[in-house]
Amino acid sequence: MNVRADTANRQVGRSVPRLEGPEKVSGRASYVHNMSVPGMLYAKVVRSTVAHGRILSIDASGAFEISGVEHVFTGSDVQKIVPDPYFGPAFHDQPVLAIDKVHFVGEPVAVVLARDPYVAAEAAQQIWVDYEELPAVFDEVEAMKPDVVVHDELKPAGTFPDLKHLIGRRNTNIALDYHLKRGDPERAFAQAAHVFEHEFRSQQVMHVPLEPMVALAVVSHDTMTIHTASQSPSFVRTEIARLLGWSENRVKVKVPFLGGGFGAKLYIKLEALVACAALLARAPVKLMLTMEEQFYTITKHASTFRIRSGVNSEGRLIARHCEVLWNGGAFADIGPRVTQKSGFTAPGPYDIDNVSIDSYALYTNRPPAGALRGFGIPQLVWAYESHTDMIAHELGVDPLAFRRKNILKGDRPQATGTSMKDAAVEGVLERIAERMDWSGKAHREPSGPGKRIGRGLAIGFKASIAPTTSVAIVTVSADGSTILQLSTVDMGQGSNTAMAQIVADIVGVATEDVKVVTPDTDVTPYDMATLGSRSTFHMGHAVRLAAEDVRAKLADMAKSVGESLATTERIGDLFKKKYGMQAGNAVGVGTYIPEYKSPDPETGQSDKITPFWMIGGTGVELEVDTETGKYRILRMINAADLGTPLNPKIVESQLSGAAMMQLGFTMFEEMRFDGGQVTNASLADYKIPGIQDVPQTMENEIVEAHQHNGPFGAKGVGESATFGVSPAIANALFDAAGVRITSLPITPEAVFHAIRAQEEGAG
Amino acid sequence: MMEKVNLDGAVVNRIRFKLNGREKNLDVASHENLVDLLVRLDHFSARESCGQGLCGCCTVLVDEIPVSACLTLAQLVDGSEVKTAEGLAPPGELDFVQRAFIEEGAFQCGFCTPGFVMMTHALLKETVDPSETEIREYLAGNLCRCAAYPEIIRAVKTAARNRPERTEKP
Repeated sequence: MNVRADTANRQVGRSVPRLEGPEKVSGRASYVHNMSVPGMLYAKVVRSTVAHGRILSIDASGAFEISGVEHVFTGSDVQKIVPDPYFGPAFHDQPVLAIDKVHFVGEPVAVVLARDPYVAAEAAQQIWVDYEELPAVFDEVEAMKPDVVVHDELKPAGTFPDLKHLIGRRNTNIALDYHLKRGDPERAFAQAAHVFEHEFRSQQVMHVPLEPMVALAVVSHDTMTIHTASQSPSFVRTEIARLLGWSENRVKVKVPFLGGGFGAKLYIKLEALVACAALLARAPVKLMLTMEEQFYTITKHASTFRIRSGVNSEGRLIARHCEVLWNGGAFADIGPRVTQKSGFTAPGPYDIDNVSIDSYALYTNRPPAGALRGFGIPQLVWAYESHTDMIAHELGVDPLAFRRKNILKGDRPQATGTSMKDAAVEGVLERIAERMDWSGKAHREPSGPGKRIGRGLAIGFKASIAPTTSVAIVTVSADGSTILQLSTVDMGQGSNTAMAQIVADIVGVATEDVKVVTPDTDVTPYDMATLGSRSTFHMGHAVRLAAEDVRAKLADMAKSVGESLATTERIGDLFKKKYGMQAGNAVGVGTYIPEYKSPDPETGQSDKITPFWMIGGTGVELEVDTETGKYRILRMINAADLGTPLNPKIVESQLSGAAMMQLGFTMFEEMRFDGGQVTNASLADYKIPGIQDVPQTMENEIVEAHQHNGPFGAKGVGESATFGVSPAIANALFDAAGVRITSLPITPEAVFHAIRAQEEGAG
Repeated sequence: MMEKVNLDGAVVNRIRFKLNGREKNLDVASHENLVDLLVRLDHFSARESCGQGLCGCCTVLVDEIPVSACLTLAQLVDGSEVKTAEGLAPPGELDFVQRAFIEEGAFQCGFCTPGFVMMTHALLKETVDPSETEIREYLAGNLCRCAAYPEIIRAVKTAARNRPERTEKP
């Protein structure tokens, strides 16, 4: 544990096993799920049974007939302590508990508190709410018209300058309209030899973290501690302080490990409700959602994407128009960011001079949608990579050859005008082609009559979320041991381990000897959030800077006692010399925010839209049974460009995990609705991938592409392998059976119907 | 088993069982499931997630048989021996299955991991050297949303190789 001038074995690039491994395999790792405090009350939420309606009355008398019920609170109780109790990252549209109106089936209307969770659950069933039902809108295409309006007035949060023009807007469901224009698309379409137009739809799905969302608020005299399974402790603190009118230092947010996040536990979710309930009850309050309730809390946007492309006589893409409608559900959450930050990549990784994009975030009377592993990108890639294959087939060109001809090469700028520097678009495409032996003729034989083999590929790309800030602190104690404080949340992606590797490399210790302090906003400094694969890059830089800072301070300390850090055997000796005993600290701080330029409001153009790009692609070989529509993935290749991987083994695990998650969203996951009511909100009816769904062969390919501005040349990786999965499967099904599926999920039924329709059409 | 009524009016039964080798003797309410009981005894490795016995996060061994603790009424373990992930090795130590999971990186968030570890124990008790097909079939009832499945398959194979009765043989 000694600081040395140089260390023989580099820590970065080592496949260090996760630091928290022993705690996790022994079942002793700490999750909010397991947490309790003396005097704690359990909360159970009473939820709206109608999709859109006015609350006429709430009768809670039945609840109090159940022994053990301590409190029942409604929206009007919340208003006693928070006069304007609306929250959210982009819009202040989400009430802590419903006020006057409900906007979707499952919206929290009241909360019951009891010492026994079973008592709270039973009492919640005895609260009767009368509604005047209003017409509802569920479909994003219908929501474009103002026939049914979900919110009377738009209330942007003010944190985003590009939402300011929406303040006070009425009679609309459009929470953000984002536009981009490059070149002269109208003229280019007029000149095109071929024009292709297709529409694609994706379904609403849910993150399904196995640790259901949970938060626990503990109130002291004039401070509050919130233990929460959150990906964004700093944001929770800011938002709770804003709601209560408190200074931030009166709110402490603590986050241990998360039992999965995937975007579900971002920004602010249950925290406002437990904070208000705890203040009203003057007792600690814990809210643990059931698996069912998670489906009413946050989901992934359903989408409709109309894409039109113009191709010249040489087979070059010369024009593209993208219209994307995002079904945001009843509360905007981070949907407007998805609409913009993902929207600008809608034309795909292709070199097209004339592009226009119209991307709309829409309110509907469905459960809210937000960020889910890929932040809108998988929905876009689904459309543009299916579309790319369809164009190639209609032109009679090999899909790979068509991509090679049109792909963004070298440092060429993407639709926003930002260069694709350090993005291995070509590298990822070529790696997949090579692994699949695309040009080779050696196809597999089908396993029986009626079975057909097909293969497909797809690639996509994503920007990082900019501009966002990360801060880290590295402390060296007087015995030379090292502590890293950061607010990045380790939800399974291995950030604690990777960040410790950076510290270890710079300070000159073994990774295993770096103690990582998990988020506690009183102790760990600000971080925007753990999202969008931003931590490796942003927090990685902050940690690097903090480690370099502490090293510089140790060098100064050595100098001040007449030593040199380079020749100091034991760092503890420096402290002894300096302070006369084992005392004192060296503290290093690092703050990082990347360069960013806001896009032009008219054209969406910016040459610094993101500090780095992430490229991901998938190749699939499958066998489909033309009698039943059932298909099996025989081989799946996931490739992503990764800068330089900090921890190759963890990176590979991220690639296969992301691809498997998207496999579920492609093959079977779908929230089904009846009148706005989710009808399959449980694992009995909503299937997620299990071990039997892992393809026979799954290969993960790291395409190394040094990120010149990344910490140790690294960049984010958590989402990249999701991008290409859905269209690669659709493209392979077309190759196998000649049918084109344009709506997710691609169930055997959908394939069966498509095959039958094709046969009838032919007959 | 003795039945009585507690102060809240719930019917309770006195049960005796062994938890990770230690005798327990306490009252449980009729509606309590085995996860509730374990949590009451400060054992947190069995976690209720889906609440329907479909995800495997609450898998524990009752008389060496894997069960979903969320679907097991607490009073039914009267007279039984319950084993959880905390009891596989003394605190501060890990057993061969746990070590294999670390070696292969067979988890991400770790929430489902104790369930997989317990299931692996049950599998290796039945089958000395499970094939990949046998592993997939046996673990089909455990879900991992991080999808560390390829690593889990490798961990089970590594554990099979490293089981103590095998490595201790001359």
